[in-house]
Amino acid sequence: MDWLNVDNVLAALAERFAAVEFQPAPLMRLKDASRQQTCIRVPADQLIAVMRFLHDDERCRFDQLADLTCVDYLNFPDAADRYGVTYMLLSTRIGHRLWAKCFVNDPAPEVPSVTGIWKGAEWLEREVWDMFGVKFAGHGDLRRILTWEGFEAHPLRKDYPLRGRGERENYERIERESA
Amino acid sequence: MGLGTTPAAPHLASKDDVLTTRLDHLMDILRQGTVNWARRNSLWPMPFATACCGIELMATGASRYDIARFGAEAMRFTPRQCDLMIVAGRVAIKMMPVLQRIYLQMTEPKWVISMGACACTGGVFDNYAVVQGVDQFMPVDVYVPGCPPRPETLLEGVMAIQRIVDNDGIRPSRERGGGRGLRLAVTAPAVPVQLGLPGEN
Repeated sequence: MDWLNVDNVLAALAERFAAVEFQPAPLMRLKDASRQQTCIRVPADQLIAVMRFLHDDERCRFDQLADLTCVDYLNFPDAADRYGVTYMLLSTRIGHRLWAKCFVNDPAPEVPSVTGIWKGAEWLEREVWDMFGVKFAGHGDLRRILTWEGFEAHPLRKDYPLRGRGERENYERIERESA
Repeated sequence: MGLGTTPAAPHLASKDDVLTTRLDHLMDILRQGTVNWARRNSLWPMPFATACCGIELMATGASRYDIARFGAEAMRFTPRQCDLMIVAGRVAIKMMPVLQRIYLQMTEPKWVISMGACACTGGVFDNYAVVQGVDQFMPVDVYVPGCPPRPETLLEGVMAIQRIVDNDGIRPSRERGGGRGLRLAVTAPAVPVQLGLPGEN
């Protein structure tokens, strides 16, 4: 599967951003190396420049943001940072794919928003804010998208209890007489 | 014999009481026998179907199980036309105000069936976002167990609502006081009827 080969992209990135350590690595261990996808690390201060380059450069042309999510690496073995905001990029012209991770930490984890590059990132970033509490600087409308108004916590953090902190019990009650 | 105590034989208390008691029994037949009967056999369900229980609810409404045999086939998606809410499926906390608003908008008298494990208890969804039983936040008359309940079970729930309507809808004459309220209205001293606003004479 040649179209999964991103050597051109990595060469272009190394040429353009000589100072940044992207540390390209296989996304996961697979027996068939030709099916392997590549993941790079991007520092938060370089994120917008790198993403703009990946979107615009002729050798990259990642015109679609297939997904944007986050992983909480709390208590993960050998993890140095806590939140890994994950970008899954797809080039519909060339066909190759690339994963990019941007690591941020407590307190006040924050990454720049990529809504200026891929407009579809808007709701995805709102979901990451809702579930993990990672702020996206430059996002025009960073509200909660899944949980309800007045909800305080970020429930997909690993230190949030599954049954909540009493949110599901504190609600207005309607009696038969009041109806 | 005072009105505060229950007479041993109300129809023998006086000549007037015979009339009022008989009148009340006539009202009894009219109200309990027809109003409750009509309500029981013409329930209008409001299907609040949020999950797989909704599929069983549809099956109950379809030809094989045919909820029309119990007069409850007219499902309406506006609460203003309904008197039986069927909560079918799990309810998220975010959905709870919607459910409560719909319940408040339903016309009186109204009844609620909590259908399935999720609506009754939260089911397997024991997490921060799911209501652990809608009866925590609104009145429920009948709980239908199952995951999801078979249509026969839901029909049994509808029949339980019918029994509730029969028993609690309009109470029979002897529970209402054997016509004493009616007698009070008949024998009450005449009060001059005042027309217009008070103090406007």
